Formats: sequence, C-alpha cells, structure tokens
Amino acid sequence: MSHIKEKGMKFIFMIAACTSVLAVFLICLFLFANGIPAIGKIGPLKFLLGTTWKPSNNKFGIFPMIVASLYVTGGAILFGVPIALFTSVFMARYCPKKIYRPLKSGIELMAGVPSIVYGFFGLILLVPLIRQIFGGTGTSMLAASLLLGMMILPTIIGPTESAIRSVPESYYEGSLALGATKERSIFFVMLPAAKSGILAAVVLGIGRAIGETMAVIMVAGNQPRMPAGILKGLRTMTANIVTEMGYATGLHREALIATAVVLFAFILIINLSLSLLNRRSENAE
Amino acid sequence: MLNNTAVASAPASTGKRNESSFTNQIRSYFRHPGSGLLALLTTVAAAATFAMLLFLVIYILVKGIPYLTPSLFSPEYTSENVSLLPSLINTFTMTVVSLAIAAPLGIFAAIYLVEYAKKGNKLVGIIRITAETLSGIPSIVYGLFGMLFFVTTLQWGMSLLAGAFTLVIMVLPLIMRTSEEALKAVPDSYREASFGLGAGKLRTIFTIVLPSAVPGILAGVILAIGRIIGETAALLYTAGTVAAIPSNLMGSGRTLALHMYVLSSEGLHMNQASATAVVILVFVLIINGLSGMAAKRIAKG
Repeated sequence: MSHIKEKGMKFIFMIAACTSVLAVFLICLFLFANGIPAIGKIGPLKFLLGTTWKPSNNKFGIFPMIVASLYVTGGAILFGVPIALFTSVFMARYCPKKIYRPLKSGIELMAGVPSIVYGFFGLILLVPLIRQIFGGTGTSMLAASLLLGMMILPTIIGPTESAIRSVPESYYEGSLALGATKERSIFFVMLPAAKSGILAAVVLGIGRAIGETMAVIMVAGNQPRMPAGILKGLRTMTANIVTEMGYATGLHREALIATAVVLFAFILIINLSLSLLNRRSENAE
Repeated sequence: MLNNTAVASAPASTGKRNESSFTNQIRSYFRHPGSGLLALLTTVAAAATFAMLLFLVIYILVKGIPYLTPSLFSPEYTSENVSLLPSLINTFTMTVVSLAIAAPLGIFAAIYLVEYAKKGNKLVGIIRITAETLSGIPSIVYGLFGMLFFVTTLQWGMSLLAGAFTLVIMVLPLIMRTSEEALKAVPDSYREASFGLGAGKLRTIFTIVLPSAVPGILAGVILAIGRIIGETAALLYTAGTVAAIPSNLMGSGRTLALHMYVLSSEGLHMNQASATAVVILVFVLIINGLSGMAAKRIAKG
C-alpha cells in the first residue's frame, strides 16, 4: 500500500515538473501555428523588411517596429548599464554594513514595482519634462530609453553584484599587495574576473528591455513609422501588438501574432546566449 | 573596508582613526586622480539609483494620495466615480486562483527536481531549460498565448479563469526556482536522520524537508503575488477590461493594474489613475516587506 503511495506521488511530482515543458511546447505551437502562415501570406521579406505598416491597405511591414525595439533597448543599455555597473560595485565593495540591508531591499523593491507604475511615472513626469526642455510632444524614443534604463537597473544590479562577490578575495588582496589602489584593484582586477557574470546580467537586462510592453506604450508615442530621431515618437513590436490586438481581425490579427513570433525569436536568441554565458561562468569558477 | 592601500597601515581602532583614515583617503585620491574619479563615479551612480527609486515612490504617493476619495471605493463602477473597488476584488480573486494552482505545481516540480531526479537525467535538463525559457518570455507573449489557447481554443472567452491560467504559467518558473533553492538549502543530515528513523521518502519530504523549507518557499510565493498584482500585458486580452465583479470565474473583469492602464490610456481620469497607482504601490511595498521578512527567517535558519 505504502509502496503504491510512494510511486504514485513520485509520478505526480514528475508530472508537475513537466508542466513547464508542456507550457513551452504549447506556447511555441500556438504562436507558430497562428503566426507563421501570416508571414507566408504576406511574404517573409515584405513582412520583416517592409517599412510601411498600414493594415487598412493590407501593408504589413514590421521593420520600423523591429528597429524601434532595438533602438529603445540600445538606449536603455546605454543609460542603464553604466549606472547599474557602478551601483553594483558600490553594493559589493563600498557599501557600509549598516545601510547595506535597506539598500538591498530598495533594489528588490525597484524590481518589484510593476511596469504599469513605471509607465505612469514616465507619463506624468518624464514626458512633460522632455516636452519642456526639448520641445515636441515629449513622448519619444528618449523618454522610452530613459524609463527602460531605469527599469532594467535592478535586473542588472542583482546578478552583477553576486558576480563581483564571487571573485575570490585573494585577487583583491594580491592586487593591493602589488601597490594598486582600491579602485584599481576593483575595476581592473575584480571586474575582469567577473566578466562573464556581468555580461550575463547585461543580456538579462536586454531581454527585459526588449520585452517590456506597458511602460513603453505609455511614453513612446506609438507612431508606426521608421524612427526619425531621439525626440520623435516610435512604436516597438510589443506596443504594436497591444495597441492593435483589440480590434484586429483576419490577416491583420495574424500579422500581429506574427509580430509576437518575431519578438519570441529575439527572446529565444537572448535566452540561448544567456545560458551559454552562464555555462561559461560556471566553467570558469 | 574603506581603507586605501596608502592608508592600510594606519594605526589602531578608535573613532579618531576613522577620521584620519578618511582624510588620508581623500589625500590618496588626490595622488591617484583616476582612482578618485572611479570612487566618485561609484558613489554618484549608487546615489542616483536610490534617489530615482525614492523619487519614484514619493512622487507617485504625493500625486495620488489627495485623490484617494471615498467615492473611489464605492461598490459599483460608474463612469462618474470610476470606482476601483471592483478591480481590487478581481485582483484578489485572480491572485487566489492563480496561486492555488501555481503554488502546488511549482513546489511539487521543485520536489521532483531536488529529491527525486538523478544527476544527469535528461528530463531534468529539459525541465530546467524550459523553465529558464519561460522566465525570459515577455508578458505580452503570455497574453497572446492565453488569448489563443485559453480564450479561443478552449472557448473560455475573456474570463478571470483564462487570465488566472495565463498567470499560472507566468509565475510558475519563479515559484519553481525559489522552492528549489529552499529545498536544496535543507541539510542532507535532516533527510538521513529521518531515513535512519525508518521514515519513508514521502514522509521525510512532507514532515521534515518541506517544513524546514517553508520560509524560502514563502518568499517565492510572495514575490509571485507581487507579479500577479502588477501584471497588465498578459491580462489585457485574457481577462478583459470589464469594470465589474463577474458573478463567476468565467466572466471577464479587470484587475487593478488593468484598471490603471485603461484610465491612463483614456486620459480622462488621470487623477484617479494616480490614486490607483498609490494602491498598487502600497501593495507592492507590503509584499516586498513580507518577502524580506520571510527571507530573513531563512538567513537566521
């Protein structure tokens, strides 16, 4: 009797563990089954490289959105990575013990604030600010990049800090003993040693930035045309899906799902490079 | 910690010593301007990060609190009072339903990975890869999948249930990972002692291992609650945006985050949107506090 129970529960645990496999399988199946035919109908080149998105005229080119996603992500990295890197160094090597706990929970809080709240913050503060300083409408690539840069800070700081902490203390001491200053030891000895961990953190940040939806919709302006400058509005792939899914039908709807397929492909590439990086940093240890 | 090499030989441990080591430190930065610059950048960047967070929280609170009026909490939503109470109750329902499914599933999966799976098992490798993949998928992709699978294929329509199931898949990797770490942190000697006393594997897991791992598992579950409360993109086309409490799980209803999105994208009720932001933010603050407390209990053992 107890034997049956043991076996039965083991089976149940195994089924539970397989849920994630099933989920990924279903997600791929449904996205691809609904999106790929649309790409075929529109024509892969016309879809991926077409520069006009006019669903009413049956023109479905998502190239402007792909470029917009890449620009906004690049901007977020440009703005977020240096700040995140220095903050991680501060957390790992400079932070006085007394304030470490509150600061650490602060970073956790930053990761916990929902994207809709970030988006709202951008909408009521960042956008008017940009409008006042630079003119224009304010909803722009700059606003989206700044906001995303802020949002990816906790994503990057967490893993980077632990990467720096996992560098053996002897590296630091050895460098000090050779006469280097504290900063030189940290930035030129410890950081290079933590390189692959830091790179993995940055890739994680890229993944978060490219997939971010609600915050970007609220501040990026939503114009489905080629990005025309950092103060002009643009529309990312994620924003394209959310804005038009509500009323789209037929081929238009399928084209939106196909946009998600392209986004998914980007995410899969990012995930793949992430697991390669993680494997490398594990081997290095 | 704050010593520079130049001052590493500074004399012993009184308050005065700290003072002098501080001035020595500054002096050494003048001798090594590059190092001084890096130290300055580090401090400024850290200050900027925390200033941004503090500013975000305070700005949202200051903008929203004046608009937290009683009419915002009236039981029925009308276009005049834009009450958030129905959305609040929907958020609560959504959280309970999603967790009721995701928590056991995630914990059981973690038990399999930690207690049963043998090293080098192919299935385990696949499970890990898929869980990693899941945690990287953007919420809008979950939303589309939920729409295609739960809403259309299973014909549940836009409903709380479809939304909840979408969220289950979304928070599953989070609960799995944290539970796995919590279970791994239970010392093997606990298990060996239990086996030694004649307990079976199942009994050992449920009476010895799981209870010791509760704080860690709880921290993960609380984080999952936070994600459910804040989620918008995955629910927009699965749970729908009807501003009422549906009579059962098969009805459509908006959660707080969706309520806030609809209000701010319409642009007519920005003040009420600010007030909703305050409510969401307060929940997030409470949840982070609770999760931190749970994590502290692990640290204490």
